[in-house]
Formats: sequence, structure tokens, C-alpha cells
Amino acid sequence: MIVILDYGMGNSKSILNMIRKAGGDAKISAEHSDLRQAKAIVLPGVGAFDNGMRKLDDLGLIPLLSELIIEKKVVFLGICLGMQLLFEKSEEGMLPGLGFIKGHVSKFKFPVGGKLKVPHMGWNVVHPISSSGLYESLENESRFYFVHSYFVHCDEIENVMARAFYGNEFTCSVRSGNVYGAQFHPEKSHKFGLTFFKNFLEIIC
Amino acid sequence: MLATRVVPTLLLKNTGLVKGVKFCNHQYVGDPINAVKIFNDKEVDELVFLDITATIDGREPNYELIEDIASQAFMPFSYGGGIKTIPQIERIFSLGVEKIILNTSACEDISLVRQAAKITGSQSIVVSIDVKKNLFGNYRVFSRSGKLDTKRDPVEYAKELADFGVGEIMLNSIDNDGNGKGYDLKLVQSISEAVGVPVIASCGAGQLSHFKDAVDAGASAVAAGSMFVFHGKHKAVLITYPEYKELTKTFKGN
Repeated sequence: MIVILDYGMGNSKSILNMIRKAGGDAKISAEHSDLRQAKAIVLPGVGAFDNGMRKLDDLGLIPLLSELIIEKKVVFLGICLGMQLLFEKSEEGMLPGLGFIKGHVSKFKFPVGGKLKVPHMGWNVVHPISSSGLYESLENESRFYFVHSYFVHCDEIENVMARAFYGNEFTCSVRSGNVYGAQFHPEKSHKFGLTFFKNFLEIIC
Repeated sequence: MLATRVVPTLLLKNTGLVKGVKFCNHQYVGDPINAVKIFNDKEVDELVFLDITATIDGREPNYELIEDIASQAFMPFSYGGGIKTIPQIERIFSLGVEKIILNTSACEDISLVRQAAKITGSQSIVVSIDVKKNLFGNYRVFSRSGKLDTKRDPVEYAKELADFGVGEIMLNSIDNDGNGKGYDLKLVQSISEAVGVPVIASCGAGQLSHFKDAVDAGASAVAAGSMFVFHGKHKAVLITYPEYKELTKTFKGN
């Protein structure tokens, strides 16, 4: 079973819709008992970093996630803020992140009134480092939908799975073993997102 | 590089889709769920649904319909119409909607924008500004589906919205709505220059070159209604959307 972690910070329903379209199923839940049985956990996220960490803490999920992901190696996918929370800290907040991936999160900074607006919002081409894993059989110039003002920096280059360009090149997808992350919204990226989730279902099998 | 978003705007009246001219004379154009399915196949960038009678009728948003639309929308989907409170906003997000669009309620109480941005972050909060020229040729903000003159200047209002944490501004020219002659570029330019958040140009698009004109004037995204639901001079209903390649060609150099 895939559990989409419902911590009041995301578009869980959209992710469920896309997983179903990709031929899988999932449960939207924050119950510890559901998470303990999960084959994979998806952490969505729309909103602010500290708010996200606080909600995970309120639900008593931080130690449980560490146990499941670090010790039991349950497959984990963080999307958007859900990916940023995987890191150690963010310029957006004061609270520490989950720290499953080494690095930090910082804000896009461009001159006001210029062409580059913040948030980075819209469809951008994602350049995977290799066409395997979540990026298998994706066509060239695959576009995904982004909405974010902050982006991640990995301390270790082997964690970088894909890059995109907005003003500068930035990391838009990461992996560390069983932990995956995407800054963009595959659940809202029609056929490209569908391939992404089909690959995700393959990884879990 | 980030592609310019091209956004079909679909207007809901009761449970059907409609399209009008200058915010009036709305004609039935089809079923919303069917339209979403077609736009999915056409790999549309984003969809906007506006319930244009919810506020006027004093109605709640139609949550059931919103949920049905969201379950079929595998692209970002924004909803506006009849939203007045934070609990309504939370409920709409929980149905699988990416962004909510405020109009009349933001005109009447701008603090709603700040409260809404606090819950979900600014990027999910859009304010739609309906603008019409008054008798002296000055731009004025209208609310209540274009029926009430708020006497406000759109540039000042847009700046205020940016201060209150709006994530994006959808800019509608009532005068150009449905005419297919192009966007009000002067208006697009004045708002885009005044704020740091993305501006979606809306109302007036009739051909692809109009999109480029709006982007050259400073818009971050372009919206269109008639162009994607009508075909030919007799306005036969036909749902269309340009191919990705055509759009790439249109925006070359931007």
C-alpha cells in the first residue's frame, strides 16, 4: 500500500488521482498504523517550511518517519515542499528539516519588475541526470509543472537526480537510496507526470 | 527555460460552461467535465474555472462539481467564484484544486488575501481584477462580475494586493472580453511594471500573435476563453488548444 501523508499541507487528492490513473492505488492518511504498513510513503506539500515541520511534529511523525525511512528503508517520495522538508534547513524558516538528504534550501532572488518572477510558476523542461528510475522512458524535453519560491542545494552531487533552469540552473529532483524527491508537481504534469508515477509504481513492485 | 503559460478560462453558470462578450450575453458552450477531458488530451498548461454567478446569487461554491472537475484535471487547476471565507478556501484545496481565485471578496476585504496566503503560501492565491474604462477613459476596478464600480485604480489596487501577499494577478479587461482583437496591452504593461508577482493577461485574445503581444507587454501568462471554445465567424462551439510546437514558435525570443 502507498500512503499519501495527510498532514494538512498538500494536494493529497491530486496525487491520489494521478496514482490511480497510473494504475495504482493509495490511501490518504496520517495514522501511524497505516504508515507502518506502507510499502511507500508520499509526502506532498504546499505551503511554508516551518508550518510543514510543525505539522509533522504535531502528528508525532518525525521519529516515525526516521524509523521507517532510515532503518526500514521504506520507499519515500517528497513532492514540492515535501522534497524541501527532506533537507537539513531552509532559508524560509527557523526549524530544522527532516535531514534525510544533506543540504539546504534557499530562495530565488531576482530584481523586482524584471522578467524573472518569484514564484517560479509554470512548465519547465526537466533534465534528468540519467534516464533510469523515476525518469525511465521519459521523452526528451519532458515538461513538468513547477510552483515554488525556494529551491534545494545538495551537499553531495550524487543526490542530484535532475536539474532545471530558471535564471540559473537548479536541482529539481533528488535521490538518496530509497528517498526520492521532486520539486515539480508530477501529479499535475499530464502525460509526463503519468510516466513519472508509472515509474514510481515500478520501483515499489 | 520556463514556458509562457497559456490558460483556457472556462466560465461556469450553474453547472454548464458559458462564454460571453464584455461579461454579458453568455452562451452555453458545453459540459465542464467533458471540456476538462478534452483539454487533458490536448496537454493544456493550466485551467481556470470561474463560477460567474456564485457571488451574485449569494451561493456557496459548488463543491461537488469542483471535486468532479479536479478528479479529471491532470494539469494545474484554479477555481474562483463565491469564495468569501478561509474555511471555504481550505475545503476547496482539499478537493484537489491548486489555486483559488478571489475577486469580489478581495475588493471588499483585502485582508482575506493575507489570511489565505498564510495557510497555503502566496503561490496558491490568485486575485482576479476586472477592469473597465470609465467615461473619462480612466481604468477602474469592478467587482460583482463586472457590475459594481469600486472606483479604484487598478495599478494602486494591484500594488496593495502584492503587499498583502497575493501570488498572482489575473487581469481581465471587461471592454475587450470576447472581442478577439487582442489584450489591452497598456493595462497589461502598467500592472506588470507595478508588481513583482506574475500577471496573467486576460480578455481579448483572438489569435496566437496576441499572446506574444501580451508577453512583450510584461505578462507572465496569457488566458483566453472564446479562442479555445469557439471556431469560425459564426462561433460554432469547438474546444481547441494550440499544439506545443505552435506555442513554442509563438513565444520564440521571449
